[in-house]
Amino acid sequence: MKRIRARSLAVHGALAAIALLSLVPILWMVSVSFMAPGEASASPPPLLPREATLDNYRQLLAQAGMGRSFANSALLATLAAALSLAFNVTAGYAFAKLRFTGRDRLFRLLLGALVIPGQVAMIPVFLMLKSAGLVNTYAGVLLPAMANVPGIFLVRQYAVSIPDTLLEAARIDGAGELRVFWSIVLPSLSPILVTLAVLSFLGSWNDFLWPLIVLADDRLYTLPVALASLTREHVQDSELMMAGSVITVLPVLGLFLLLQRYYIRGLLAGSVKG
Amino acid sequence: MRARLAGWVFAGPALLALSVFFFVPVLAAFGLSLTDFDIYAVASLENVRFVGAGNYLRLLQTPLFWKALGNTALFVVAGVPLSIGASLGTALLLDAASSKLQGFFRTALFSPVVTTLVGVAVIWRYLLHTRYGLINYGLGLLGISPVDWLGDPRWAMPAIILFAVWKSFGYNMVILLAALQTIPEELYEASRLEGASALQQARLVTLPLIAPTLVLVSTLTMAGYFQLFAEPYVMTQGGPLQSTTSVLYFMYDEGFKWWNLGSASAVAFLLFAIILAVTAAQSLASRRFRWSEP
Repeated sequence: MKRIRARSLAVHGALAAIALLSLVPILWMVSVSFMAPGEASASPPPLLPREATLDNYRQLLAQAGMGRSFANSALLATLAAALSLAFNVTAGYAFAKLRFTGRDRLFRLLLGALVIPGQVAMIPVFLMLKSAGLVNTYAGVLLPAMANVPGIFLVRQYAVSIPDTLLEAARIDGAGELRVFWSIVLPSLSPILVTLAVLSFLGSWNDFLWPLIVLADDRLYTLPVALASLTREHVQDSELMMAGSVITVLPVLGLFLLLQRYYIRGLLAGSVKG
Repeated sequence: MRARLAGWVFAGPALLALSVFFFVPVLAAFGLSLTDFDIYAVASLENVRFVGAGNYLRLLQTPLFWKALGNTALFVVAGVPLSIGASLGTALLLDAASSKLQGFFRTALFSPVVTTLVGVAVIWRYLLHTRYGLINYGLGLLGISPVDWLGDPRWAMPAIILFAVWKSFGYNMVILLAALQTIPEELYEASRLEGASALQQARLVTLPLIAPTLVLVSTLTMAGYFQLFAEPYVMTQGGPLQSTTSVLYFMYDEGFKWWNLGSASAVAFLLFAIILAVTAAQSLASRRFRWSEP
């Protein structure tokens, strides 16, 4: 009994220590963002502000244009989630339930393509968008992310479990394919739709390299791009930079905490089978 | 017939989008890597010339490319085992934790994964500050003198590895925890009745059963770690003395700073070839290596 208690204490103690290491940088960021300029540059580093102030946030919104970047990020992430739903859900369903010529070979090809790093396609896509006049636009950020293989894979895995008899029954009753999709398939897929939307939203919000390449005008910058360019100008202003990090990091962290169940389901769908 | 048509109609838009924005560009990138496409070609396509393997040969003679390759290799070789080790260790701890607290700890340890990389890289820059950073302060309490983490070529890459492990270990932790939870309790019971020690249990029950998942997450993590970019971009700008310039960082500079898009495409393809070779080698090795009774 005593040995079990000691073991449990050790396990929970270790977890508490690691949880602290995981969370301290995030908590410290929030704390420093409320400090007066220069306050964090002291030894020993202060953990809490002497007097909490919102000045850093005011300066970021007024001068650095972070409010605009926030709006850009929110808009692009929302549109990315909507586009991902529009393209990946129908395709995932088709690969799971509709028999068409070459389906299985195509699906294997898609899975095989997962080994190609996305950066390989970036330069030709950039040149293509440039000739179409779409560089430095929202569309340029969004177009390459419309459909993606992991999204199709996620929906397909879930759609496989829809009973064929259910679909057949509706077809015998005279429902067209569109109607079958709309009134039977979509409702039974709803949990995975939330998962896909959350993953796409977070993916777009956190994306860095592609918006960095496509967006040249700082009025169109997303938060990560704006923050990265800010670090190159304001290296010394740690309090200001922390406020910028808070604006960038906390919204997605909050969204994750709210919809954690759906997020983890998507994470596990791709890797652990059965 | 109707279902066949429906299949194409439903899958069509996604397949079209993937073709236009992924498959054709990948092929085009290979074509581009065989040309001297540069800033003049951006202005007019008449300035493009076919150079065959010229870009590849020149890259292999470029010291900075080799340096970037070496830095990236160091990041992968040190970072992946550390990251998987941290994931496995914490997954085992979570598996042993009481069910009431498990959810809370899992969320806490997973939080860094969902944070925006650029945002937390900015935080870590200050945590790693030589004079005012929390990390050197903590080391100071242990009697270790301050380290110039991001300013010393010897320490910049280790600092970035530390940051990357902190940021990413929770992802594989969740996957490994799920795999651990599929192991039936009876197997542990049986091995205990046979008199197996905790260590023997780990080796004879736990490890063989999670081995497939472990191999899978290692492969995926490795492929991901090869794509190092944002960490050095934000934390060190590739320096000091190019000690944190990664292959992708090199590609970004080559392509979008100097507009040598042909040469940058060749860099992308070399990176692809390396990832492919390493992944293939790993899956071959794991297929030959079987868990056997000692």
